[in-house]
Amino acid sequence: MRELRYREALREAMAEEMERDERVFIMGEEVGHYQGAYKVTEGLLARFGEKRVIDTPIAEEGFAGIAVGAAMVGLRPIVEFMTWNFSAVAFDQILSHASKLRQMSGGQFTVPIVFRGPNGAAKQTGAQHSHAMETFYAQIPGIKVVVPATVADAKGLMKAAIRDENPVLVLEDERLYGTKGEVPDGDHVAPFGVAAVRRAGEDVTLATWGKMLLPCLDAAEQLAKGGGPSCEVIDLRTLRPLDHHTVVESVRKTGRLVVVHEAWPYGGPGAELVDRVQREAFDALDAPVLRCTGRDASMPYNKKLEDLTIPDAKTVLAAVRAVMAY
Amino acid sequence: MQDERDVLLGLYRQMVLIRRFEEASAKAYSQGKIGGFLHLYIGQEACAVGALAALEKRDYVVTTYRDHAQALIRGTSARACMAEMFGKVTGCSKGLGGSMHFFDAENRMLGGHGIVGGHVPLAAGAAFASKYRGDGAVAVCFFGEGSATIGAFSEALNLAALWKLPIVFICENNEYSMGTPLERSLAVADVSQKALSVGIERDRFRCTDVLEVRDRVAVAVKRAREKNEPTLIEALTYRYRGHSMSDPGKYRTQDEIEARKKDDPIARAEASLRGMGASDDELAKINASVEAEVEDCVKFADESAEPDESLIEAFNYA
Ligand SMILES: Cc1ncc(C[n+]2csc(CCOP(=O)(O)OP(=O)(O)O)c2C)c(N)n1
Ligand SMILES: [Mg+2]
Repeated sequence: MRELRYREALREAMAEEMERDERVFIMGEEVGHYQGAYKVTEGLLARFGEKRVIDTPIAEEGFAGIAVGAAMVGLRPIVEFMTWNFSAVAFDQILSHASKLRQMSGGQFTVPIVFRGPNGAAKQTGAQHSHAMETFYAQIPGIKVVVPATVADAKGLMKAAIRDENPVLVLEDERLYGTKGEVPDGDHVAPFGVAAVRRAGEDVTLATWGKMLLPCLDAAEQLAKGGGPSCEVIDLRTLRPLDHHTVVESVRKTGRLVVVHEAWPYGGPGAELVDRVQREAFDALDAPVLRCTGRDASMPYNKKLEDLTIPDAKTVLAAVRAVMAY
Repeated sequence: MQDERDVLLGLYRQMVLIRRFEEASAKAYSQGKIGGFLHLYIGQEACAVGALAALEKRDYVVTTYRDHAQALIRGTSARACMAEMFGKVTGCSKGLGGSMHFFDAENRMLGGHGIVGGHVPLAAGAAFASKYRGDGAVAVCFFGEGSATIGAFSEALNLAALWKLPIVFICENNEYSMGTPLERSLAVADVSQKALSVGIERDRFRCTDVLEVRDRVAVAVKRAREKNEPTLIEALTYRYRGHSMSDPGKYRTQDEIEARKKDDPIARAEASLRGMGASDDELAKINASVEAEVEDCVKFADESAEPDESLIEAFNYA
């Protein structure tokens, strides 16, 4: 085990896979000379050269499409979006091309590609730069959506994403880039579709992903200290495939579930999880499943209002109290 | 007709206001009073000031996240601009937009926008509406040379030409899009040539002399207003500061920046004014009044109230 930062774990995963496989290359805005807008790709240009660490102009649709085309004929691109907000410009390449090519060619073409970058609200970056984009992408058959919350997963899930034969979207988080954690030595690859119980508990299950794991663990800790209900905290790790079985199993023990996510409340993987759990664990539920989500609004710039728009330990605690009081 | 010297004094004041206002914002940012992204316009002042001097009140302005200058010149008060960045309800977007999203409907400032190039079709849309109604308003769209590499720009340019829309596209080419120099983003380092592909007029000049900027933009505005013909202008300029406050700017040398500062538009206007007989006293008075205005707007922003929680949802629908 070694302690790394989240951004270093991502970088290490990419570098190791680039060493292993000549076909892997990185493309995106400011990934090379600038060393990455958020320093995830720092040092990679010097190590792998301009052929494999490619700075692009601001042309998301163009370079995403070029990468998809290159993947169709045998390369394995890693495309960085400076933030996932800008993937909206390339949405057509992901939705109508990357995700569809295998199916509509009758299995002749595969698209082994990784799209990655920071997702969700940063800090007061306003309405156009704060999207939690997983809601859109987790909908799409043909792609996989990965949301590492821990440093070990940043490495393990990234390596799995690069080795996968399908388009994989890795949604990172600017607020996690600086966090530290243990990473197993050696060729650490984490599986898709396997949720992790990050804290065991008895009375209520909290299911979450990405940076919302932090307020969930914080709330669980506060409750444990205050003699409140005991929370089991589950990190979904990948949203497609979505491991609801681990959540169902937990709910069979606790009888209560709160789903916590940053994205808007309307639909999305959180609602999908609730749908599956109510069907498979109806008999085990002692209360309706609650969701603690981002508010149903475009992100305000003002700090106080932004904080009120994104779930935190306080709103998670309120949701836990509400589900316990039912 | 207003005496050219008085006009230049007015434009000089606008440029100095932008610069002092932004220096004050940089300071407030370092004190934690402004959050998020803050992109400064310092060095580029002659471009917005000259271009907007060629407009009438009924005309529309659309720009990027680097939007302070355009709002200030269009008539948004320094108070409303500074308060917006402080996230206060007295701000021009009620503290909901921040530095990148200044809006002022009354002054036909259709916003600062955060998605590179995404706003260019919006400007063409304002021009479309103007032609539809036949009201003679012209739309002016500012964007960086980074927008020239994105699809939305190319589509808007063609549509504006195809449908003969009253618009002036102003590409503020400051040689860098974030840390990427021109030669690594454009196959041909002359954005104005894109006009050739859609058969519209173009112009290309350095933005040092604010009166020259005004005059050359005025030609394009007239063409738009009278003949519904779009123009693509490439305004060559340079930003002295980083891309945003979080950019250490390691991609260019201090020597390069110092060399560019020799072409400073404010210094140039000051020299012209002296040539026209402006006295030390006159210029000092302008500078003092700008400083007082900036000091006042910071105090106002500091003392203003924050938006109420109810505003989170209040404006999501009409
Ligand atoms: C579609 C999109 N991609 C990436 C970004 C991130 N970004 C913001 S500004 C910028 C550079 C833009 O440079 P330029 O157009 O030259 O304008 P300048 O900042 O120089 O005024 C980048 C890459 C964005 N906002 N939108
Ligand atoms: Mg630029």
